[in-house]
Amino acid sequence: MELLVATAIGALTAAGIYMILRLRTFPVIIGMSLASYAVNVFLFASGRLAINAPPVLTDGIDTYVDPLPQALALTAIVISFGMTAVAVMLAVGSYLSADDDLINDPDVTDGARADNLSQTDGGAS
Amino acid sequence: MTHWLVLPIVLPAMLAAMLVLAARYHLVIQRVVSLAGTTALLGLAIGLFWQASDGTISLYQLGNWPAPFGIVLVGDRLSTLMVLITCVLAPLVLLYAIGSGWDSRGRHFHPLFQFQLMGILGAFLTGDAFNLFVFFEVLLIASYGLMIHSGGQKRLRAGSQYVLYNLLGSTLFLFALGTLYAETGTLNMADLAQRVATLDVGDSSGIRVAAVLLLMVFAVKAAILPLHFWLPASYAEAPAPVAALFAIMTKVGAYCIIRMYTLVFPPDLELTQGLFDVWLMPAALLTLMLGMLGVLGAKRIDRMVAFSVIGSMGMLLASVSVFTQTGITAALYYAIHSTFAAAALFLLVDVIRARRGAAAVSFGDAPPILGGALVAGMFFVAAIAMTGLPPLSGFIGKLLILDAARSSDLMWWVWGAILVGSLIAVVGFSRAGSVIFWKAHQARDEEIDVETPEAEPSTALAMVSIGGLLAVMIALTIAAGPVTRVLSATSAQLFNTAPYIDVVLTTPGKQINSDHDDDHEADGVKAAEDDHDGPAASDGHGSTVKDN
Repeated sequence: MELLVATAIGALTAAGIYMILRLRTFPVIIGMSLASYAVNVFLFASGRLAINAPPVLTDGIDTYVDPLPQALALTAIVISFGMTAVAVMLAVGSYLSADDDLINDPDVTDGARADNLSQTDGGAS
Repeated sequence: MTHWLVLPIVLPAMLAAMLVLAARYHLVIQRVVSLAGTTALLGLAIGLFWQASDGTISLYQLGNWPAPFGIVLVGDRLSTLMVLITCVLAPLVLLYAIGSGWDSRGRHFHPLFQFQLMGILGAFLTGDAFNLFVFFEVLLIASYGLMIHSGGQKRLRAGSQYVLYNLLGSTLFLFALGTLYAETGTLNMADLAQRVATLDVGDSSGIRVAAVLLLMVFAVKAAILPLHFWLPASYAEAPAPVAALFAIMTKVGAYCIIRMYTLVFPPDLELTQGLFDVWLMPAALLTLMLGMLGVLGAKRIDRMVAFSVIGSMGMLLASVSVFTQTGITAALYYAIHSTFAAAALFLLVDVIRARRGAAAVSFGDAPPILGGALVAGMFFVAAIAMTGLPPLSGFIGKLLILDAARSSDLMWWVWGAILVGSLIAVVGFSRAGSVIFWKAHQARDEEIDVETPEAEPSTALAMVSIGGLLAVMIALTIAAGPVTRVLSATSAQLFNTAPYIDVVLTTPGKQINSDHDDDHEADGVKAAEDDHDGPAASDGHGSTVKDN
């Protein structure tokens, strides 16, 4: 199970980073969400993995899981949900006002590269 | 237990909610309430600072839960000092926002400003690492709103860069906290300090990863070299009062580095050797050089000031990474100074932008600005302070840093970087000053495209605000002796962690295993008390207070 969880976290993070490096708002936001899923599972796993164990203590129970990481993961989920919503709103605003969804400012960055990006990744949003 | 320590967080939170719900469409009421609130905060901060100034460490247990289980707020010298800096900065910046009319150019400026203050003050006061994350998010989400205040294409794009960069930073922070929790089983800073000290040196890979990840997170906040990319565009594009308030945000990163790496990973800890002299110091020096070169290379004055903030953060972190008492003292002095210098410069840039007509912030030709003498004089003072020329506080701060660096192995590198960097910054700022204030008079005779910029509403208030920021720097210069005495007491307290840990962990709170009449609950909790060595957890019942 450890292997499975660890692989899942690794795959999610890798996919997230790949998407973030696309440098267009929609893939980047997807990448951010993937990375935050990864970190939520990671937080959950930081209290060690156990199956069929209650997180609340009552009499006569020897095995229990640490409830704190669950609380931390809950908090992190709520926060990342809110943050993603903000990022989406900003991205939409930025897309509507600038008419493209590049993260970098095409005036500042090399124009050829911006063109190249729009060819290979057109219609991302 | 008094409740004073939690008020700097509760007051802005309540005010923000009230402003957004009750005074949504009444700008005047918003202005009055917001200004009254920040002034009250200043009073509170002075009170807390005074309370901590004799070395007392005050503790506030939220919900009255004792330390490793509940969240605590800790007011020691460093925390209250940072709270005080923020609360001095906030009303001045707010005055400028009101005076220049920035707050009327979009919705919800004042509530967001209050939420931002709540996040910053919370981050300074909290004694719990996960709570620090939560306050980071509070200050970030408010800053996202402030950053794009009054909109515009450039600003929205810079805003989305800023948001995405910081979202990534938050994810990294969570990874760091997860690692830290997996290694130690606690997230209370004092408890962490105790447990990290007992870890086996041979089996240190996990905790090293946690320490480095945390340092990276704070380096993002403090804009240290490879992680500084978010700063120039965001600070240059943000509305001026917001950029001025953001001057304290980079210091939140610096504060966290100082706090975590004196308390949890102290410099003599064998587990994390090399973190500062091998990694942070070179990064800080490179940041310093890059920032100062950016000052010289910038094509617009707002970006120039943003780069000078990066440079000053490099200077500050170079002093921190010497990691001696004198180093921290110098860093704190420089932190106070550079906060106000950067804020004043950002506000001045806005004044220049508003009065310069078409050329705005670029270094192109433009007619002389209205009321040029006053603005030029203020720019001169702020630039002298920022570049660290005598006689202002920047010079004293730099002297303290140079003095502190004498104990470092990298002394010549530090001295070289600081002195060369300052020279470059002086050149950069003199060029900006000459182009904007002198060359304008020359250009006037040749071609005048008279385009009077829009009149500024009540600029007197705006000028008072900038004057106030400059006055703080002058006061800091005059009172350098007493200030450094307070600061060296502060860093002495930082390096003596035992009282801090003692106050946090031994103050009794709510009785957990009381003989309450509710048998079921009492039994459950009792079992938790007895079962500390359970296979899965050691802090079984800490969750109840942590989950929001």
